[in-house]
Amino acid sequence: MNKIANRAVMCEVLKEAAAKDKDVVVLCSDSRGSASLTSFADTYPDQFVEVGIAEQNLVSIAAGLASCGKKAYAASPASFITTRSYEQCKVDCAYSGTNVKLIGISGGVSYGALGMTHHSAQDIAAMSAIPGMRVYLPSDRHQTRKLFGDLLKDNQTAYIRLGRNPVEDVYEENNIPFEMNKATVLAEGADVLLVACGEMVKPIQDAAKMLNEQGISTGALDMYCVKPLDKEGLLKAAHGKKQVVTVEEHAPFGGLGSMVAQVISANDPKRVINLALPDSPVITGTSQEVFDYYGLNAAGIVNTVKKALEG
Amino acid sequence: MNALKVKAYDLRQDVLDIIVSGGGGHIGGDMSSMEIMLTLYSRMNVSPENQNDPDRDRFVLSKGHCVETLYAVLADKGFLDVEEVKAQFSKFGSAYIGHPHNTLPGIEMNSGSLGHGLSVCVGMALAGKMDRRNYRVYTLMGDGELAEGSVWEGAMAAGHYKLDNLCAVIDRNHLQISGNTEDVMAHHDLHARFAAFDWHVIDVADGNDVDQLNAAFDEAEQTKGKPTLIIANTVKGKGASIMENKASWHHHLPNAEEYAAISRELKERKEALLHE
Ligand SMILES: Cc1ncc(C[n+]2csc(CCOP(=O)(O)OP(=O)(O)O)c2C)c(N)n1
Repeated sequence: MNKIANRAVMCEVLKEAAAKDKDVVVLCSDSRGSASLTSFADTYPDQFVEVGIAEQNLVSIAAGLASCGKKAYAASPASFITTRSYEQCKVDCAYSGTNVKLIGISGGVSYGALGMTHHSAQDIAAMSAIPGMRVYLPSDRHQTRKLFGDLLKDNQTAYIRLGRNPVEDVYEENNIPFEMNKATVLAEGADVLLVACGEMVKPIQDAAKMLNEQGISTGALDMYCVKPLDKEGLLKAAHGKKQVVTVEEHAPFGGLGSMVAQVISANDPKRVINLALPDSPVITGTSQEVFDYYGLNAAGIVNTVKKALEG
Repeated sequence: MNALKVKAYDLRQDVLDIIVSGGGGHIGGDMSSMEIMLTLYSRMNVSPENQNDPDRDRFVLSKGHCVETLYAVLADKGFLDVEEVKAQFSKFGSAYIGHPHNTLPGIEMNSGSLGHGLSVCVGMALAGKMDRRNYRVYTLMGDGELAEGSVWEGAMAAGHYKLDNLCAVIDRNHLQISGNTEDVMAHHDLHARFAAFDWHVIDVADGNDVDQLNAAFDEAEQTKGKPTLIIANTVKGKGASIMENKASWHHHLPNAEEYAAISRELKERKEALLHE
């Protein structure tokens, strides 16, 4: 089992970039430890800004820095940097066109028993609704490295959600297919298509394997780029399938499932089933306990697919 | 000898047990704020019997991460069963989560996202004025929390509306997650800052001393025409030397050895109080 969290990989990539480019700056809101950015702060103190527990300030300061040519990476828990600082993200980052990368750490239900204040189950919907905001949920540490490598090269704002704990690898060390804003095909299949982002990608990869072994021909798509959603890749993968199942660590409204359903219904109508967190505060528990309870795991996905094929 | 002073050490042991049983918690801020919450609940007009009475006093734990201390104090007041909290804290399906949740008895408002409590209390205090009720409203904030701009919006409104039924306490332990508050985002003269927002400000030299806190709450009650801020100078991790004044103990989970050391010292300090 992989022991390196995606946020630790982010820190490594940002340190490598900061060594070469003094315009790369990182901002935290008493969140450097949670973001795994302490070693960045210690190594590049002149390229690090601490704003205290003030997430709205964090985002606006990042936008000001970016407007003066800095490549600003603002990192704070996903729940706070999105919904607490929503207007700052909308106005100062997206609307004003500043190069601020908004990094939401411990996304989804990573904070487990800390409750809804600390869960970010609205972030995909909220951030995707902002014109000009891109939304990325990398699935493993290898993809995180590739994604940040590409983000460092562009000059527009984006929101990147990372989980708290290390997640199992989806990709192999020396085989990491990645193209910016293109979904990655994990498995090909004729009857069913599974689509997921972030921490739900590993479960669909496993579920696709199980279903294919059981004779249900299943494809799987890693839609790490929730916005801009890879419509072409989605429609190609969904073509000819009986049904599409989306899986996400998010509220049931306005997230990956809603967006996939929108594209499918407009272009190639067929059944789309959305597996997500409930429209209520989630049950107390660790991420895994929560996923298991709501069927957001390989077994739950397999069951959903089978039931749907029968029904 | 004051029974409350002794009780503070018994309840610290409860907090330690809750955290260790649940596998996590904010031990540093829990320990610094023990006497503040305990003293408040010893004075406030609120109990399991009158918890729905519109005239009850209200408390909002703005620094919601210190819920373990709130659980221990609420249990002591008879709102909760401390053994149940210990058994269930943070466990799968539990109602006892890591932040205040108002489906539980005695908890008025949900919190956990810093910087909400003061403004919520402004609303509660305004309602009290509108309805000509005599209840008092209290909130407890962290000093790191004061970097949130919303705190100052609330402070401005409380001063503007002359909310003398509102009393805010700052747990001034000088630490937050990333280190000393004055290094992370300096407050300098907090007294002057709140006074400039039209607050009556009281400095409590030892915010872990029940007598000093009681005197401050008395003064707050007598203060008319202004909200009162109590700056309680506390020690983060108060109760055992291994965790006192250490930023790294903000949410450190004690191992078995640390647990034993803390329990031992809590007992020693309690004994010392009993023989005072
Ligand atoms: C809006 C918001 N931002 C960040 C956090 C994460 N967080 C929890 S506790 C804490 C530090 C709090 O420091 P302080 O207010 O001084 O509390 P204390 O030291 O008394 O525990 C932070 C940043 C949060 N709970 N809410």
